[in-house]
Amino acid sequence: MWTFFHKLASPPHFYRLAKTLIPWFAVPGYLLLVYGTYAGLFLAPPDYQQGDAFRIIYVHVPAAYLSMMAYMILAVAGGIGLIWRMKLAHAVAASAAPIGASFTFLALATGSIWGRPMWGTWWEWTDPRLMSELILLFLYFGYMALRGAIDDTAKADKASAVLALVGAVNVPIIHFSVEWWSSLHQGPTLVREGGPAMDTAMLYPLLAMIFGFTFVFGAMLLRRIRTEVLHRERRTRWVKDLVLAD
Amino acid sequence: MTVGNVTTPGLIAGLLGTAQRDLLLVWKRPGDVLNPLFFFAMVCTLFPLAVGPSVEQLEFAGPGVLWVAALLAMLLSLNSLFLSDFEDGSLEQLLLSPQPLVLLALGKTFAHWLTSGLPLVILSPLLAVAFRMPGETIGVLMATLALGTISLSLLGSVGAALTVGLHRGTALLSLLTLPLAMPVLIFGARTVSLAASGDLYSMGIYALAAYAVGALSLAPFATAAALRISNE
Repeated sequence: MWTFFHKLASPPHFYRLAKTLIPWFAVPGYLLLVYGTYAGLFLAPPDYQQGDAFRIIYVHVPAAYLSMMAYMILAVAGGIGLIWRMKLAHAVAASAAPIGASFTFLALATGSIWGRPMWGTWWEWTDPRLMSELILLFLYFGYMALRGAIDDTAKADKASAVLALVGAVNVPIIHFSVEWWSSLHQGPTLVREGGPAMDTAMLYPLLAMIFGFTFVFGAMLLRRIRTEVLHRERRTRWVKDLVLAD
Repeated sequence: MTVGNVTTPGLIAGLLGTAQRDLLLVWKRPGDVLNPLFFFAMVCTLFPLAVGPSVEQLEFAGPGVLWVAALLAMLLSLNSLFLSDFEDGSLEQLLLSPQPLVLLALGKTFAHWLTSGLPLVILSPLLAVAFRMPGETIGVLMATLALGTISLSLLGSVGAALTVGLHRGTALLSLLTLPLAMPVLIFGARTVSLAASGDLYSMGIYALAAYAVGALSLAPFATAAALRISNE
């Protein structure tokens, strides 16, 4: 058991492991995305209130969920890196940040496009979840800016890990405060008591998209970590051997 | 407290000593306190100039304007929290001291609040009157500012510790601190607005107090960790 973790933390081992893992994430991920996109656009019936405009949730919901999940990965990986001084964990955090920021932007953009026909405006200030996502995007910007401003990688890793942990403590408070600030949004439909309030013909494509997005996110993250590990270990023996072998 | 064969002051004495030293430094150079205060007053004047002098608008925007100006003034003063100590090397002495760094960082943050948060609270009624705020609301404004600036000092000390010694530190400090400070701004400004319109506002005060207590118990640890990282 422990040897497994020790091996996992070793960059060359993880570099090879990630290579074998990527297809296991990418293939099911893209298959689910193809099914989810087709079913979401053509098989699911139009909503009785929102018409075809509701179909954007097939992108919006997975992106919004991944934007928060990526920040949690960032904070947990940063914490592991700080506490157990695991270099690989910092590489994971560094790789997760740009992907998380992209999903946050995607969630904001799709939310805004959905808001245009629904609320009659591109940006609805009174919607608490849109505001929380925007603040989350700012948190990502701050995190990446801090990383970029420190030249020494080890120092940048630790400083940004502290920031990510402080941010992670604040995320629920931000959400709560923004919710208190105002409330006008359609309530949660997927996670609530008595099962989802959604027809299965609409629900299955959404679930497929959520899992598809997650798998593709995993594949993207692994790919970025591989590059990050190579860059960080560029002066080590095994990278030189790897390059010479090609 | 005895470390090795050297006797050092106790924990509380260390905390108060650090705070006292910072207060003395500010006393010798009062510009550091006055500049953010002038900034606060000027930002509050900018809004009526930009929006127009109509009384209803000023009454309506008052709480928000005062709170945003206070937040910006706090940010402005945060930059110098660790900077001069970093430049003259006394920050390294703090790191090397046998006292726990958490308490020393708390002492510095306490001194920062006394010299930048508290003056804002004291100055705010003057500007609030200019925004036609009624007397009771001014009391609420001062209470929210007092609680809110404590949180801002503590949150900002984490950001200041992370960015100390960086070249583009000032802009970065705002970028790091502002998103974290948004709940404080929301609770502060909304509570004053609620009080101004005669609604129930106690929940905002409780939330601000809870945030201040949470920040007081967690932020010094993050600040201490960040100071160690920045000085490696």
